[in-house]
Amino acid sequence: MHPQPNEAPPLLEVQELRKWYGGPREGLFRRRSVVKAVDGVSFDIRRGEVLSLVGESGSGKSTVGRTVLRLTSPTSGRIRFAGDDITTLSRDAMRPFRQKMQLVFQDPYASLNPKMTVEDIVGAPVEIHEPGLPRAARRQRVEETLALVGLLPSHAARYPHEFSGGQRQRIGIARALIMQPQLLIADEPVSALDVSIQAQVVNLMLELKERLGLTILFISHDLAVVGHISDRIAVMYLGRLVEVAPTRALFTMPRHPYTEALLSAVPIPDPTIQRERIMLTGDMPSPLDPPSGCSFRTRCRYALPACAGAVPALREVAPGHMKACIRDDLHLAAPTGLAA
Amino acid sequence: MTQTAPRVMQDEEDVLDVRNLGISFRTPAGEIPAVRDVSFRIRRGETLALVGESGSGKSVTSLGILRLTPKPPFCSITGQVLLRGRDGTVRDLASLPEDEMRDVRGRDAAMVFQEPMTSLNPVHRVGDQIAESIRFHEGLSRRAALDKAAGLLDLVGIPDPRRRLGAYPHELSGGMRQRVMIAMALACEPRLLIADEPTTALDVTIQAQILDLLRRLQERTRMAVIFITHNLGVVAEIADRVMVMYSGRVVEQAAVRPLFRSPLMPYTRGLLRSVPRLDFAGLGREPLAAIPGTVPDPLEPPPGCSFGPRCGGFLPGTCDAAVPPLEEARPGHQVRCVRWSALTGEAA
Repeated sequence: MHPQPNEAPPLLEVQELRKWYGGPREGLFRRRSVVKAVDGVSFDIRRGEVLSLVGESGSGKSTVGRTVLRLTSPTSGRIRFAGDDITTLSRDAMRPFRQKMQLVFQDPYASLNPKMTVEDIVGAPVEIHEPGLPRAARRQRVEETLALVGLLPSHAARYPHEFSGGQRQRIGIARALIMQPQLLIADEPVSALDVSIQAQVVNLMLELKERLGLTILFISHDLAVVGHISDRIAVMYLGRLVEVAPTRALFTMPRHPYTEALLSAVPIPDPTIQRERIMLTGDMPSPLDPPSGCSFRTRCRYALPACAGAVPALREVAPGHMKACIRDDLHLAAPTGLAA
Repeated sequence: MTQTAPRVMQDEEDVLDVRNLGISFRTPAGEIPAVRDVSFRIRRGETLALVGESGSGKSVTSLGILRLTPKPPFCSITGQVLLRGRDGTVRDLASLPEDEMRDVRGRDAAMVFQEPMTSLNPVHRVGDQIAESIRFHEGLSRRAALDKAAGLLDLVGIPDPRRRLGAYPHELSGGMRQRVMIAMALACEPRLLIADEPTTALDVTIQAQILDLLRRLQERTRMAVIFITHNLGVVAEIADRVMVMYSGRVVEQAAVRPLFRSPLMPYTRGLLRSVPRLDFAGLGREPLAAIPGTVPDPLEPPPGCSFGPRCGGFLPGTCDAAVPPLEEARPGHQVRCVRWSALTGEAA
């Protein structure tokens, strides 16, 4: 994206990533239909950067995260981690990379085994990657990591049910950090938390990023949180990126009609604000039968007949600002009160 | 329950008058008071937002109003819940026999829940589910009730309503299901609609559609709406008045503008500050003003003010001495904090 001749390659490079489900196997009577959950997604994340992937349910944002981690294999495309191509690595060959890229899950209730102590949960990655490590050494690593996320050594002996939602999410983050990863993929890590607790966890993630030099792929539908945490934002719609931009630019000068509508739909906690809301009609089309050409055109108030023609390419329209829309004559609105 | 207080509402326009509502659950670990001393009124055409975090008692309050909480002795309800029905009669729902209560639900007061997939019956067509309530309350034939159901689906913005009557819930998207739930709730034109986090499970663009729909329907029917949510952005958008709950008690109540402009309770101020602001997006990363700690265990509440242990303005000897009373700080603006004047620098 940005040529940086003198710097190391981006920590993560994703090129033309596709993940299709179903597909060509022929059934008894008819072909199985294809769901193109991710359909040609490309982006980079530089070291130390927070890139957010935003979109609504069914946009494919979580599938991108899972595919990057190779929890599911891509249909096509290329994934490079610190310059190494990991697209087709076997399970064993993938193992050293798994230490360096870790996942934080959304639901702190479902993602922690209720029968395991915090020590065993947080220490599990150590067990896998360093099986010979003496128990006392493992215990010390767990306690250090718990301290990192604001928990006490005495918490190690307890079970998940003894903790609140916010504390559980800290446990999940500790488990992700214990192998000292370079890349953290956080899939809606604060969505299940109460507002006051959500702020605690967002602050913790940013603090850890600074202290540990983490790179973060932050997957979320919450634009207010994303606006706070990200350096850059990539907006997804129906399996494709429609806009990628630095955070401030995206919020003050959205270039894609979907981004404009998404920003205008976010309720602002100020009852004195009066604004014109761009109401999208209908739902996101079924990924089984997406519209031809631009997949947003069926809900887009600026759509032209030409939009049905071909899938618009993601192209750079300002430094670091990319969009996939053929209309360059639009002056899109920023949410009220925001100016560049 | 003793029935001494008269069932009189002060104002003709009042739809609901809740007085000293208390709801507690019996558990193996002891009696848990989930809601304590909650009083509020709501008028025709008014939207009251009930705000609070998990465990604040906001959902239990709404379930208690319609007596959808477990039966005694597992759950006990005290206080009065006066509802003015469609026919103008005032009933105390807290002491109404169950068979009369069944007539009230759906007819005079209806409810929309957060998760439309679990609230709809997966094995019945949506048309029949909507028609069931109409047939029960209004005694219409199946055909007439289905006609009315089609009209309701049209009203809530579902395209091709006749055909959709035959759809099963799984064939509809989340937004469409929530529209069906709203159609079902509105079937008998209730005076009061209780919406418990109706847009929380939906995407923002769909949430915008549903909020817009509720607003238009309310203008048309002048129904009173209790809107339960934890999303302060949604509150700012739809509420006339706001009631903030913490640990089972009302801690602040005011009209929406004064509440956002000059919140008096430290908890409300903390909540408002902890939300990342869109207008600061991408402008550096000052830490968010999080509220430290977590909500207290209802079995072991702290002495005095239940927000005390998390409050920056906590004063030992004062805040932990007794549960603060709900004080009328300004006309129509109530706060449960003995230090609100000292902490906000505003005169009492």
